[in-house]
Amino acid sequence: MQMRDFVVRFAGEGGQGVVTSAEGLAQSSTQVGYHALTFATFPSQILGGPTWTQARISVDPVLAPGDDVNVLVAFNRDAYDEHEGDVREDGVVIFDSNEFELEGDSRSFGLPFEELAKSTGNNRAANMVIMGALAHLINMPQENLISFVEQRFTRGRNEDAQIIKSNIEALNLGRSHIAESGFSLGELAPPEMPEYKQVMIKGNEAVSLGAMAAGLDFYAGYPISPATPILLYMERNLVGENRLAYQVSSEIEAITAIIGAGYAGKRAMTATSGPGVSLMSEGLGLAWIAEIPLVVVNVQRGGPATGLPTKTEQSDLFSCMYPAHGDVKMPIIAAGTVEECFYGAAKAVEWAERYQGPVILMSEMALAERVQNIRKPDLSAVKDAKRVVYSGNNGYLRYAGSELSPMPIPGNPGAYVANGSEHDDMGDTTHLGERHVQMTERRFGKIKLLEENEYESDQTENSIAVLPWGGSKGPAQEAYAQLKESGLPVSWYYTMFLNPLPPKMLEELKKKDLVIVPELNYQGQFSSILRSMGVKAESITQYTGLPFKARTLVEKITEMTNASLKEMVRV
Amino acid sequence: MSKKNPEYDFKWCPGCGDFGVRRAIEFAMIGRLEETGLPMENNVVVAGIGCSGNLVHLLEGDQPYGIHGIHGRSLPIALGVKMAQPNLNVMVVAGDGDFLSIGGEHIAPQAARNLNICAVIMDNGVYGLTKGQSSPTTLQGAITSSTPFGKLETKTNPLELYLTLGVSFIASGFSGQPRPLSQLIRQGMEHSGFSIVHVQSPCTTYNDTFIELKGDLANGIQPALWDIPEDHDPSDRAAAHELLQQGGVPVGVLYNDTSRISLDEAVVGTWEKAKPKSVEQLLGAFEF
Repeated sequence: MQMRDFVVRFAGEGGQGVVTSAEGLAQSSTQVGYHALTFATFPSQILGGPTWTQARISVDPVLAPGDDVNVLVAFNRDAYDEHEGDVREDGVVIFDSNEFELEGDSRSFGLPFEELAKSTGNNRAANMVIMGALAHLINMPQENLISFVEQRFTRGRNEDAQIIKSNIEALNLGRSHIAESGFSLGELAPPEMPEYKQVMIKGNEAVSLGAMAAGLDFYAGYPISPATPILLYMERNLVGENRLAYQVSSEIEAITAIIGAGYAGKRAMTATSGPGVSLMSEGLGLAWIAEIPLVVVNVQRGGPATGLPTKTEQSDLFSCMYPAHGDVKMPIIAAGTVEECFYGAAKAVEWAERYQGPVILMSEMALAERVQNIRKPDLSAVKDAKRVVYSGNNGYLRYAGSELSPMPIPGNPGAYVANGSEHDDMGDTTHLGERHVQMTERRFGKIKLLEENEYESDQTENSIAVLPWGGSKGPAQEAYAQLKESGLPVSWYYTMFLNPLPPKMLEELKKKDLVIVPELNYQGQFSSILRSMGVKAESITQYTGLPFKARTLVEKITEMTNASLKEMVRV
Repeated sequence: MSKKNPEYDFKWCPGCGDFGVRRAIEFAMIGRLEETGLPMENNVVVAGIGCSGNLVHLLEGDQPYGIHGIHGRSLPIALGVKMAQPNLNVMVVAGDGDFLSIGGEHIAPQAARNLNICAVIMDNGVYGLTKGQSSPTTLQGAITSSTPFGKLETKTNPLELYLTLGVSFIASGFSGQPRPLSQLIRQGMEHSGFSIVHVQSPCTTYNDTFIELKGDLANGIQPALWDIPEDHDPSDRAAAHELLQQGGVPVGVLYNDTSRISLDEAVVGTWEKAKPKSVEQLLGAFEF
């Protein structure tokens, strides 16, 4: 039988080409019509340190990194020892025989990566040696790879032809050497090239472009893993007249600078990770009480304080939804796929302007660094973010009433004080109880303006539901598809709008006997919030710094469903 | 607040120095309006937290825009406003506690950026609103509500600090002289870069220094205030340092470096290197 997908893990030392190999494989595969995504985990240091990236190549679109490894490419002995156990029984290990020798592993094959590369006269072609070997293992036609090499290295330089030639030579060397091993994984089914236009993009880039598509014109940020690529992308592209991306001195400066910019009429954003959100806490409260539009992107990493800066986790939902003292509850969009990174960011900017306040977009390490082929985002589907602007005379009461009111922009009539203290109609400080009641209700009431109706659902007649959030959508979707086929009576719900939840979805969830929430944190943060809203939710938790495996979710969901069904029968 | 607001019940204590600073800022903003014709709503006053920050609610006459934000963060808020709309006149009003203690980390970066705003600092050497705790400009050894055995730290010299950090316009003034003070603030506003007008603005309740500042010659008290001599060259950094060695409180423009460009000008300078692309073009780069 032909394979529908396979997973290659590249493991070694930072700087050995682990990431570029995986991304190169993903890229070359998508160019010939496969679907691909990568999963990366890095050491938190500039050079060296154990690192690995895996690429999943598939005939059908997939959203999860893949449970098992078909091929391990080990750049050194440590990498082999560390990852060999994750390789499927029928899998293959390719190792760099320039680095180490292996005895007694019948499914492993040594290739002298560097030596073969050098023999082509191109020291940098080691990746191509590996790619050639992989192509042999899955019986990928040579012309696919050649067209990839030609595209990649045609850059209008004099030496292009020579580089292309040496790379193709390296491909052939990898292919012919591994042929000696007699190993084969079978044949990967031929690709089914999608008919729509595609882009190959990472989550962080998709966030940047989504925000810009909605009209973002001001960005302030501070470097922090894994959100830094957004800052770098913005600094290169959010440029020119009336736009600015700028590195400030801290996350406190980032949040307060975008408060100033949002107040002055700009569609403003910053991106950070957990530690930055903690520092932005007071500023988020100010944006909330003073009603200033802005977006904070939290690319989550693991753990409190410095925690696990280069691992993935979904443990910031509490700190994003309730970041500040006093009564606040932030509107939250949590992207679950690279595509949702784009549309979620666009929506976050639009939300902020729509309700005049702070919005949090949650992403996570595994999405941020994932490179994936997605349908090219449809810019015509993105709403230009617009706020209701005041256009009357001076003497305006900016905060009058209990509903959203037009916002004056400095430089124009309608001067007022945007006040972080509780305030009256004109923005002056007040301590009157009835004012605090009015203003608190005004602020919470505005969230209603953000209610959306879109959400995913399937087999809704079942009384037990699976509801992942964020990046756990990928493995959960894969698990759900298997469970559905096996006939387990569960329904599927998913939305990227965590606050406010789509009202109709919330109504349906409240009627369920059990809502199972797979999430990467210890406390079961989303299910805890759902329970406070009257949903009988329970989490499947994991806090290893890695995403769920679909297999784990299949087991746990089956277990919980059966236990719950049994319980119901007994009652 | 252009007229009495029945809900807003904040009051400065009788004789508070901040009254004079408010008057000086009003004079300066009206002066700007008269000279440039730009309306009052072209001004944005970003206030710190403390007695001084309430100035933004107490301005009389035509109202500028204001932000009364969170403690210590007036500078980066002003950074956002100014860089969003460089044509606005952006001012910061804050006290010594807000600006030099909790907000101290923001002075150096704005100095390095030469952010084109004017900060008016009301220094009363004490935390007034929280009732009399020691601040960075409280004298060493002073007994305050938070230093029952005397303040352990030395007094920060803000003018030395600004000079060292590279603030490009530094003036020192006194709240008891609103007209001359307003001239310093006007100069600070017109300065193309980061300007700080540091004002002695005594707290009559917790740290009344009026007599020390003005002196009382009948009782043998020499005034701490002294005018910076007319022959002082404010572009001379070494001379400014030299002046500060004399002690007391100099009044006038201490330092004025007009050779540097401001952050917004520097950004304009990047436009020729940067090549703005449409989102469609940017997205196209990822297409395959």
